[in-house]
Amino acid sequence: MNIIVCLKQVPDTESQIKIAQDGKSIVEDDIKWVMNPYDEYGVEEALRIKEKFGGEVTVIGVGPKRVAEAIRTALAMGADKGILINDPALKGSDSLSTAKALAAGIKNLNFDLIFTGQRGVDDDSGIVGAALAEFLGIPQISVVEKLEVSEDGKRVKATRPVEGQSLLIEAGLPTLITTQKGLNEPRYASLPGIMKAKKKPLDEKTLADLGLNPSEYGEGARNLKIVALTPPPQRQAGKIIAGETPEQKAAELVRLLRDEAKIL
Amino acid sequence: MAKGVMIIAEQRDGDIRKISYELVSEGRRLADVSGQELTAILLGSNIKDKAAVLGYYGADKILVADDSRLEKYTTDAYSSVIAELVKANDPEILLLGASAQGKDLAGRLSARLGAGLAQDCTSFAMEDGSLTAIRPIYAGKVYAKVTFNDNRPQMATARPNVMTINEQDKSRSAQIVDAAFTLDDSVIKTKVVDVMKDKSGRVDLTEAVKIVSGGRGMKGPEGYGLLEELADLIGASVGASRSAVDAGWRPHSDQVGQTGKVVSPNLYIACGISGAIQHLAGMATSKVIVAINKDPDAPIFQKADYGVVDDLFKVVPAMNGEIKKGQ
Repeated sequence: MNIIVCLKQVPDTESQIKIAQDGKSIVEDDIKWVMNPYDEYGVEEALRIKEKFGGEVTVIGVGPKRVAEAIRTALAMGADKGILINDPALKGSDSLSTAKALAAGIKNLNFDLIFTGQRGVDDDSGIVGAALAEFLGIPQISVVEKLEVSEDGKRVKATRPVEGQSLLIEAGLPTLITTQKGLNEPRYASLPGIMKAKKKPLDEKTLADLGLNPSEYGEGARNLKIVALTPPPQRQAGKIIAGETPEQKAAELVRLLRDEAKIL
Repeated sequence: MAKGVMIIAEQRDGDIRKISYELVSEGRRLADVSGQELTAILLGSNIKDKAAVLGYYGADKILVADDSRLEKYTTDAYSSVIAELVKANDPEILLLGASAQGKDLAGRLSARLGAGLAQDCTSFAMEDGSLTAIRPIYAGKVYAKVTFNDNRPQMATARPNVMTINEQDKSRSAQIVDAAFTLDDSVIKTKVVDVMKDKSGRVDLTEAVKIVSGGRGMKGPEGYGLLEELADLIGASVGASRSAVDAGWRPHSDQVGQTGKVVSPNLYIACGISGAIQHLAGMATSKVIVAINKDPDAPIFQKADYGVVDDLFKVVPAMNGEIKKGQ
């Protein structure tokens, strides 16, 4: 089984996000960059499938240069090779351009399965996986929390939660899966793993290497522009309910929800 | 020249889902502001007689794609039919719900059409004849206002339970049209082989109008019995914070927050939840927030409309008693 795992870096979820002076970008100075949490499930699932079926796991990400750290982490977890698509012209690319670049990096590789995280916890859009599948002409199954590969390695059954129910979806390979929390417990990279990773191949490709036209990438090619960033809507200060006993407070709360908020 | 606002209605088992009415209502508002027509697309099997209600909420025209292969949603069948209809009708704006189906479909469509897509938007406006949208990013720590370039359609998904639904007007009659489309079997590459309904029997959190939620302060799985009783009394669903899920007290499907579900109920009662920013990310658009927590410094009190600083194991049973009295 040849498996491709796409990953990106995002600010650690504990990071404070500050709006920059220009009012439409965030301050990146103090950010701790980590592998997008959803992408970790993709790396882990790929490794488990490789352990069962044999084969190779290739990890691919779109720049900047620091993304190589996340690729090395995946190699340390057990992936076999890495590809970093890095080019100044890529800076500011939107989801479709990112997916196009990934598709170019992947299309000439042998693959049975592609994993992406169900969304990046920075942009919260979840478009790249679907767009990549579209550009490669393969099916997608999104937000997968359980995956079963058939014994002959030709089909998958994926469990996908939707509102009020879970769907069991079947597809032939190759297919793209976007990974959801609960799919697996990602392993930590071991010390021997980290040492081995230093010797595993990590190729860097520019847009020219992939035969891509820089004018279709980057800030200028964005379909969507962020024109302003604002803090979240402020909520009006609420009231702390007075009372001598919990029972009194409970009664007052119920009364307020019924008569004032009119919600009970 | 692109013209018109188009929305994709959502149905399941032949019933139109509430998000469709939110989309028609919001689509109507945008169409009125910009002097355009509103078209709804409805896909399904034996679904045509359900279409008229979309007109009562404000659609001018409803394109019905009726085919046994459209009975259950698949990315391939739906994106193929919709892409064809979009190319034939050339709308300015295409809206879907940011439901599980909507987000999956929108992503695929945006790549097929080369269209910009703003996901999970909390509001829309028209500016200089173009769509603008507001959407939370970085788990809602920041809100982004986005605009579109010249590619058409301008695509967006709307967060469920945020847009106001119009009053139904049964005197409105929309034009109901059998949509012309071609759908090749070979295009459909996935198949739904089983549907497993959630055991709780409660409304899914992402669609719940009322939610009672428990966090680390619940101290264990047993405490949730109290919350379930309250939920039963007020018609709510039951959620949990990440701490409770990681501790194994509640399933991941109950988790509200950055790595869980984003919810937007009319009422969110947070019990024993401190209010970490990752949890707020999942419920900040709730209309009324109630916090019950022993710790007066819990950050959740900054966001709550009503706060009770006391022991939830005394407050919640007392609430349940009060509510029963009033029923």
